[in-house]
Amino acid sequence: MNAASHQTDRKPQTAGTDTAVLSGAEVLLRVLVEQGVEVIFGYPGGAVLPIYDAIFRQNAIRHVLVRHEQAAVHAAEAYARSTGKVGVVLVTSGPGATNTVTGLLDAMLDSIPVVCFSGQVGVPLIGTDAFQEADTTGITRPATKYNYLVRRPEDVAPCVHEAFHIARSGRPGPVLVDLPKNIMVGPAPYSDAPRVPHPSYHPQTEPGRDVIARAVAAMKGARRPLFYTGGGVINAGPEASTALRRLVEKTGFPCTSTLMGLGAMSAGDRRFLGMLGMHGTYEANMATHDCDVLIALGSRFDDRVTGRLDAFSPGSFKIHADIDPSQINKIVQVDVGIVGDARRVIEMMLEEWDCTPANTRQPIDVAQWWHQINEWRKIDSLGFSQDMAPGAIIRPQYAIRRLHELATATARDTYVSTEVGQHQMWAAQHFGFDKPNRWLTSGGLGTMGYGLPAAVGAQIAHPDALVIDIAGEASTLMNIQELSTIAQYRLPVKVFILNNQYMGMVRQWQELLHESRYSESYSAALPDFVKLAESFHGRGLRATCVGELDGVIAEMLAHPGPVVADICVAQDENCYPMIPSGAAHNQMLLGPDQDDEISAEGRMLV
Amino acid sequence: MTTQQESPVSAVISIQVENESGALARVIGLFSGRGYNIESLTVAPVDETGRQSRINIVTTATPRVLEQIRAQVDRLVPVYRVSVMTATDPHVAREMALVKVIASGERRADALRIAQAFRAHPVDASATSFIFELTGATDKLDAFIDLMRPLGLAEVSRTGVAAIARGAAIL
Repeated sequence: MNAASHQTDRKPQTAGTDTAVLSGAEVLLRVLVEQGVEVIFGYPGGAVLPIYDAIFRQNAIRHVLVRHEQAAVHAAEAYARSTGKVGVVLVTSGPGATNTVTGLLDAMLDSIPVVCFSGQVGVPLIGTDAFQEADTTGITRPATKYNYLVRRPEDVAPCVHEAFHIARSGRPGPVLVDLPKNIMVGPAPYSDAPRVPHPSYHPQTEPGRDVIARAVAAMKGARRPLFYTGGGVINAGPEASTALRRLVEKTGFPCTSTLMGLGAMSAGDRRFLGMLGMHGTYEANMATHDCDVLIALGSRFDDRVTGRLDAFSPGSFKIHADIDPSQINKIVQVDVGIVGDARRVIEMMLEEWDCTPANTRQPIDVAQWWHQINEWRKIDSLGFSQDMAPGAIIRPQYAIRRLHELATATARDTYVSTEVGQHQMWAAQHFGFDKPNRWLTSGGLGTMGYGLPAAVGAQIAHPDALVIDIAGEASTLMNIQELSTIAQYRLPVKVFILNNQYMGMVRQWQELLHESRYSESYSAALPDFVKLAESFHGRGLRATCVGELDGVIAEMLAHPGPVVADICVAQDENCYPMIPSGAAHNQMLLGPDQDDEISAEGRMLV
Repeated sequence: MTTQQESPVSAVISIQVENESGALARVIGLFSGRGYNIESLTVAPVDETGRQSRINIVTTATPRVLEQIRAQVDRLVPVYRVSVMTATDPHVAREMALVKVIASGERRADALRIAQAFRAHPVDASATSFIFELTGATDKLDAFIDLMRPLGLAEVSRTGVAAIARGAAIL
């Protein structure tokens, strides 16, 4: 609407004593410093040359040159996920901006705070199909939490301040700011962060005490309770995970987690049941199905979690806390909806638990529930057998278990990114995470090619940490050019490729749904990953059998520079346990020999 | 959940937004992106400074989907407030239509008579045509247009619904 006036007439607030005339690009850089930005992931081009010139002439902010704009966003996402800060991206107009769309949507679906600056042709040229012009705000509107096209010099500072506020507050997400070249070249006033960032934007973070009381009353009466926690707990900061561990300890309730929530609970905690959902553990899914009070914290009942909706946790009283009101009752109707930040929700539940009168339930009831859960645990749904003969073929689960054990033995702070597919699920199942913010994976969008640039972002943020990209050979080729970034910045990233020469998850689904017609899922004409690593100035290693595995992992972990480890694993291995499409949580497939019948409706599902 | 709750109802979604570039695109993009239907749409600035606009969208959906629409629209950054008005929420909903009828002789006289009965005003006339202006509830406009059809209905332009809650309640 109001296309003629184009922008709001927000009054610029000029910084009192500052009289130096700055260019738009200099104002941008000053706001970034003001916002605490330390690193920008970007790629230059015509429309952002003035900004790159301003970057050249300052030392406060470091620029990391990626090799593809999509990688810039994934690197910024991993930077944000692993630090809790806002990730920052800078790209040029047209193709630079369109290349960010996958990354922006990835950040949108996983609620990651990212601010992306894109160049734009000068304001007088907008709408003329100018060179490298794209309707960037139009293209990215559904892929961002919010976006701006800055048309006036006095809007640069307030828009950029506001972009950071919107990206990090409420439910975090990506914000794009489109910056026409003439605005960056010309003079622009600096202004401080506006006191009222956006008059219509007021995310609710403080939960209501009455709904907390109703939730805790239900929890106190529970006989078969279960916490189901998600990425919202991670996003709420490490304090939220600390509070969650206290709440789980205090209540004695079991806890399961989504893919995005791994690390909030320690994997070694006996009250943690592992991940739930399509490739979750038997005990987590059976507990979800049979529980009588389900407490969802910062999770959103994704289809990968719920399976068949009409059979999802059918008998439970459901409590759902989320910072985004639109998530409550979106997929599953709940009995108590709580809007608020996960940390505050958990802290208030702790307070309420202490001040509510004596338990109405008999202690024996939850003990019986635990007895049942421990029976389910005996199924050992993540179990696998590895032939330990030195020449035996490596099973991918075993490779990840050994990676975890040997990485843990180094006692280094360890960050793990993944690509998307079987290796991602095996990493989630077998690499035990003890702390939040260490697990960097593309959950909602399922973006192949996420892991390698994510490892770049994590290593830039944590130069001394051990950063491992657990990869598949197909996914990692999608952003393999980032080996060049890794070489340029001497990032000691470890790329651990579970190479089964298939798009394994595609092949697994083709086996389940399409009578093993492996349409286009074979990874033909693969590069020699050892030579590939060497050509990018890194170390290449290969393990082809069990006898070589530990040596390769040890050498990889000990090497001070970047390593690509090509782990040749069993080609036909599939990821279990699995809830097949259209099935319920208590209808899991535990292994390949189980008779599986997928319903007609199930075949329609993704 | 009862079947009554599951059956779709017609509703007007009234949305107060910041009058900024792209605000309307965000709202209608949300509708198309999430598969919600838009039956009619009106938008105009409504406050004295022109900083806020009101969007009215007529849609048909189950109460549960209407609640999702409300929540999804409400989380858009430039949205101040959203209200969902169905038949059970007292409100006034009106739209305006301009209806061109090309007719002569007996049919021309019939068109004029019916227009009087509907309080539709002729705002333009030529030897062979009329343009009627008509304001009212959607079903009244539908009825009038249906009656004009055999009499030489040539063209219709409708504004879509503007709605507001009855009584002292405000959005």
